[in-house]
Amino acid sequence: MPKFRLTVNGREREVEAAGDTPLLWVLRDHLALTGTKYGCGVGLCGSCTVLVDGEAERSCSVTVAQVAGKKILTVEGLGGEHPVQRAFVAEDVPQCGYCQSGQVMQAVALLARHPRPTPAQVAAAMGDILCRCGTYDRIARAIARAAQEVRHGR
Amino acid sequence: MAGKGLSRRELFNLSAVVGGGLVLGRWLPVWAQTPPASLQPNPFVRVAADGTVTVWVNKSEMGQGVLTGLAQIVADELGADWDKVVPVQAEADPKYGNQNTGGSTAVRTQFEELRRAGAAAREMLVAAAAARWQVDPNRLKAEHGKVVDPVGKRSLSFGELVGEAAKLPVPEKPKLKDPKDFYLIGKPLPRKDSRIKVTGEAVFGCDVRLPGMLYAVVARPAVFGAKVKSYDPAKALQVEGVVKVLPISSGVAVVARDTWAALKGRAALTVTFEGGEAGFSSAKLLEQMTELAGKGGKVAASQGELAEAWERAQLKVESLFTLPFLAHAPMEPQNATAWFHDGGLEVWAPTQVPMPAREEAARAAGLPVEKVRLRVTLLGGGFGRRLVSDFVRDAVEVAKAFSVPVQLLWTREDDMSHDFYRPPSVHLLQAGLDGGGRLVAWRHHQVTCSIGQQRNPARAGQVDRGALEAAEPPYTIPHWAVEQTLVPTPVPLGAWRSVYASQNPFASEHFFDYVARQAGKDPWRFRLELLPEGPLKQAVKLAGEKAGWGRKLPEGWGRGLACCSSFGSHVAEVAEVSVQDGKLKVHRVVVAIHCGRVINPRLVEQQLVSGVVFALSAFLRGKITVEGGQVVETNFDRYDLLRFNEMPQVEVHMVPSQDPPGGVGEPGVPPLAPAVANAILAATGMRVHRLPWEG
Repeated sequence: MPKFRLTVNGREREVEAAGDTPLLWVLRDHLALTGTKYGCGVGLCGSCTVLVDGEAERSCSVTVAQVAGKKILTVEGLGGEHPVQRAFVAEDVPQCGYCQSGQVMQAVALLARHPRPTPAQVAAAMGDILCRCGTYDRIARAIARAAQEVRHGR
Repeated sequence: MAGKGLSRRELFNLSAVVGGGLVLGRWLPVWAQTPPASLQPNPFVRVAADGTVTVWVNKSEMGQGVLTGLAQIVADELGADWDKVVPVQAEADPKYGNQNTGGSTAVRTQFEELRRAGAAAREMLVAAAAARWQVDPNRLKAEHGKVVDPVGKRSLSFGELVGEAAKLPVPEKPKLKDPKDFYLIGKPLPRKDSRIKVTGEAVFGCDVRLPGMLYAVVARPAVFGAKVKSYDPAKALQVEGVVKVLPISSGVAVVARDTWAALKGRAALTVTFEGGEAGFSSAKLLEQMTELAGKGGKVAASQGELAEAWERAQLKVESLFTLPFLAHAPMEPQNATAWFHDGGLEVWAPTQVPMPAREEAARAAGLPVEKVRLRVTLLGGGFGRRLVSDFVRDAVEVAKAFSVPVQLLWTREDDMSHDFYRPPSVHLLQAGLDGGGRLVAWRHHQVTCSIGQQRNPARAGQVDRGALEAAEPPYTIPHWAVEQTLVPTPVPLGAWRSVYASQNPFASEHFFDYVARQAGKDPWRFRLELLPEGPLKQAVKLAGEKAGWGRKLPEGWGRGLACCSSFGSHVAEVAEVSVQDGKLKVHRVVVAIHCGRVINPRLVEQQLVSGVVFALSAFLRGKITVEGGQVVETNFDRYDLLRFNEMPQVEVHMVPSQDPPGGVGEPGVPPLAPAVANAILAATGMRVHRLPWEG
């Protein structure tokens, strides 16, 4: 098995896996970072969203070989007090919670790019992350809350 | 800590109990951490010397908020400090009573029992304080984690009292609080599980990680009922990381060191299947059902003399409605983890039925049920899918060949093509009005497939009462009949959020609006005219008022209302839609519910919004097609769900009530589809004869 060096949540990690292994399974099975979820395996649901060099990526659709040497941020790497996480808790967003890591990571990427996102920018960014419980209205409120918090530097 | 959810230490307890062997690298039962002095009068509640109140929640948390709502009931009767309450998911054990989570029953069936559980602990703490102070216990109160003596102006914390309280007898019939003294029940308390669900710490079934664990997937026949004819493991075993290939009852399992190797092994596996229902097509089934709808069915319920009334009616109206198979499609595909060790079996499963799942595991293992422990993880959605334990059997059959734990995962395609589907149905509705515009005759002929009779074929030929959920008209109509025709299908059937209430009221409530319009009546007022006084009428009235019924809408828009009593609650919904250039948009949905006493209005609101979204996904796009005996829609490309940018504005209103609590998980679903269809009828004059909506 080939070895790959990744930077995951600021830590250098070496994994031994087939080069075509999707990042998703490297995170979940090799590194026990189970916050990143499997939902569809083909980039349709967004539950597996992580940041790769700051960009939101579906981790089921990029291989470990493609992300070797890149900076990967998963939901565990946000530290728990990220403004987006605080806002999701304040708005009591999750229901079953399974899609929420993907929702949070996509929102983090959105606010990094657009600190004052317009409703159209929010819809474009969040439209591909499915939630079967239907928490979308609270996600929208949480993003607005987080954006405000970031602007006021809290 | 108010509003912040669980602290790290409490979180540890919670994640340990939902399967966090990961934390310590081994399973740590919560009772191993029991502080020396603690009070536990029953299986549901424990008060520790540090004041922590642990509540064992016997219903599975699948998003509906039982970890919060059920804990709230215990905590209120106990007089606990809410910030010190730690909910814990109970493992499968008869001591927790009926743990089955379905039918919107969690609060309905647990309310009184959990009140008694909390009250028993409270009486013991109060008695301990009374003994210490040498006063009459009746003058003491328990609130916010303290026993308070209002006369002596003194208090003792629960933690200071547990040692003495634990020595007292457990009261058999503790006195319950006067509901006017509730201080947690009725409050919109934030969920206890929000934080762990946005940090990645929450442990769902497929997040269980144990030392040495292997990962398995199963090559299943795509055709319903087919079996493995032959397989050759050689090519699968050549995939690096694959450790074993073995046949199990659902197919051929490929076990590997990680999920990806298992998936590659499955793709490489040589396997052929035989038999099954390759000739089955859902389109043909629906054709057959449509034909049967035109004939008579078994009269399941009736009133008056329908034939005579129909004969005399001046205006006769008729419609036919067709609904498809539907899949549950929870975001977390089916999975379970099993580990045979020390002569027994441990299972971790996201299940709605802990005890039946444990029994299924025991049968698959060939062990007595006492040798099996089954821990309930968090569920990434349930919606009725996880009432069946097929995925537990899969995991146990594979793990039997190993001494290390094995996690068995279904792919999305496995999940979509081997569900227990909402049955399809065809409904013929007929109504007759007399010369004065009064609704005098009503006939609803339901043609569907019986979930109950598929499970228990001995009942074939009988009326399936379960399939009649919400089929009888709630209105005062002198002559009516509900008829039923059941058609067998080889497609596995199951309970899909609100079950048959997702079908019957779509047909009858949409038809009601059509009848009203034919008779020149306003559908909202016509309902209020024909509904008897009661909770459903209150919900209908409230929904119409809050929606601004009658207020003018823009060109191309329509407003529609529908109502339904189901699972102990009564719901009316008003939808505002626009249909422009054949494009449907649902802009706003107003929900009014009468669900008796509300434990947590925030959770009730979440469940109703969730019901609206679930039903709207089905209305717009939900359809499972079976061709050549296999499912066509196997991933979200062809079974798409409502998306963020399609979310309507949803408002929820509750009729104030002190009645016993009703259900909330399902009752939000049934009125949505007919409300949207009625709004389309208002906007376009066209009925919606078939779901999903085709424009």
